[in-house]
Amino acid sequence: MMINMVQALNQAMRQEMERDDRVIILGEDVGVDGGVFRLTEGLLEQFGRERVIDTPLAESAIIGTSIGLAVAGLRPVAEIQFMGFIYLAMNQIISHAARLRNRSRGRYTVPLVVRTPYGAGIRALEHHSESTEALFCHIPGLKVVVPSTPADAKGLLIASIRDEDPVIFLEPTKLYRAGRQEVPEDPYEIPLGKAKITREGEDLTIVAWGAMMPIVERAAEQVEKEGVFPEVIDLRTLAPMDRETILSSVARTGRLLIVHEAPKTCGLGAEIAAHVSEKAIFSLEAPILRVTAPDITVPLAKGEDYYYPNPGLVVRAIKKIMEQ
Amino acid sequence: MLENFNPLKGEMLQILSETGEVRRDLEPQLSPAHLRKIYGLMVTTRIADLKALKLQRQGRLGTFAPSLGHEACQVGSAFCLSKEDWVFPYFRDLGTYLTLGFPLKNFFLYWMGNEEALRIPEGLNIFTISIPVGSHLPHAVGCALALKYQHRPSAVVAYFGDGATSEGDFHEALNFAGVFRTPNVFICFNNQYAISTPVRSQTASLNIAMKAAAYGLQGLLVDGNDVLAMAVATREALNKARSGGGSTLIEALTYRLGNHTTSDDASRYRTETEVEEWRKKDPIDRFKAYLKSKDLWDEAFESRIQQEAEEETNQAVAEAEGAPPPEPEDLFIHTFAGLTPELEDQLSALKNRVREDER
Repeated sequence: MMINMVQALNQAMRQEMERDDRVIILGEDVGVDGGVFRLTEGLLEQFGRERVIDTPLAESAIIGTSIGLAVAGLRPVAEIQFMGFIYLAMNQIISHAARLRNRSRGRYTVPLVVRTPYGAGIRALEHHSESTEALFCHIPGLKVVVPSTPADAKGLLIASIRDEDPVIFLEPTKLYRAGRQEVPEDPYEIPLGKAKITREGEDLTIVAWGAMMPIVERAAEQVEKEGVFPEVIDLRTLAPMDRETILSSVARTGRLLIVHEAPKTCGLGAEIAAHVSEKAIFSLEAPILRVTAPDITVPLAKGEDYYYPNPGLVVRAIKKIMEQ
Repeated sequence: MLENFNPLKGEMLQILSETGEVRRDLEPQLSPAHLRKIYGLMVTTRIADLKALKLQRQGRLGTFAPSLGHEACQVGSAFCLSKEDWVFPYFRDLGTYLTLGFPLKNFFLYWMGNEEALRIPEGLNIFTISIPVGSHLPHAVGCALALKYQHRPSAVVAYFGDGATSEGDFHEALNFAGVFRTPNVFICFNNQYAISTPVRSQTASLNIAMKAAAYGLQGLLVDGNDVLAMAVATREALNKARSGGGSTLIEALTYRLGNHTTSDDASRYRTETEVEEWRKKDPIDRFKAYLKSKDLWDEAFESRIQQEAEEETNQAVAEAEGAPPPEPEDLFIHTFAGLTPELEDQLSALKNRVREDER
């Protein structure tokens, strides 16, 4: 079926709720309204108010309550309306969701998915364009997932719901309705922790995720016309990261470019670059480069283009690496 | 009965007065065996608590939050719980653990610094200790929501101090409990200090119990040094919760006779005269007088109880001190359900480090 990412994610939740009555959804406006982006549309009608819960406006309690639900044997899928509001729940995520398995030596676990729209490029209000994935990747005990296509979104969300540990599931808002794709009707899992090589090439490796994927793809198409063949890796799961796929690609290409829309300093690109430096510096024929947003607050609509990486910026970075 | 004491008017439930009078109309009909059991738990709590303090001073136990003065509110409330109910404790809850059957060995082991202590034995629905103040209250609400969803007629009790009521999570949790009509019992031990901050600097409310009204919940102010009042209040709130009547906020008015933790010096912020006034309201002495009046207490009983508590405590300390320290694996394997490749690498690096350090 040709569907977009919103429909794919909706299908994933619907099918998991049909399969397992421990799966419940909670968040602001997820029920009657079907979510502000309509991700949960139709679920209240199908599963009722006990399983699709419109909560009061309180992010910390949404996550805190979800932790209690999970400990008592349910599998909550919590929606935070925008990533810019997830900080109100940071204590619950970092101090409890991520640690309970360890704190209780495995007696209590938190099979929780926290879904939230993520990323810029949509001309939004302040706090509606955040891409602070690195904050979560830094925390032991959290998994962080970012899909870039409808088919991946479905399989990754199903795998996240079935996972035994808390997953921060970041949905690139810009890609929600960016295009349709053939998505298998039956439920399927895409394993967490596995990257995908979306384009094979031998000249350099480009690592990206989420809404940077179409931008990287456009840049790759352009440089291929000029005889440069990048290998493109969609990381898909940011934590735990598929370090093996990156290293084996770099071993072949000898060059690495990392593209993320988050600010540069301490972004996930820094960890990827450091890891490749530690493990494979002698495979490298050129310095590792990063294309990122600058270390500034995400601008409002009028200034957003200065912030957001575009294909031209990626093309120029590729050429710079290839000159070495 | 809960509604007969209106916290908005400052009314407080008390059954055993400080001067020994008993409210016969409210007195619970507990068997002599149960009354003596409660007394024994209170005495064991005190003995184990003082032992922990001593061990800390000797360097055999780390920073520790003493329960001295909390014996009635801890034991009295926990005594009413059934095995199917859930408990979300805070970090000053020794009497609660003891009453629920949490191994005393684990209590010592926890404060000695070994995570193994919070591997709660199967069959005990006790949640792990939560250190960030008040942040476990939403967990208790989520757990209660799950019980409701699973159609289990059980209740969920959460314990916390007066300082926690200033946290956002307290407000959010009680609000959720009201909106979703969950089977919760929130028990605040108002021991009048959050480290050095007195409760009058914590809130401008007349009392903490009255805050329940703002969330559409029942609130009840209870004399927290009166073990019978605590038992009656908790039992009633539990029954209400289990039968679908919603949540209750119980404020147990008590006093922390010891320091906040072993790292604190309470003489910096309160007078000895004030502490002395509260020593006169000692919860154990008050209950002892009640047992005496019922011919359930004599010197022989006291010395037997004391001896048993000492033995149990010493045994637990010996077991805790004899527990092996964690292995490197123990620190890694509970991060996720399985080790990630990166964690495997880091674990093997740690093992190498241990070998190198030992050389």
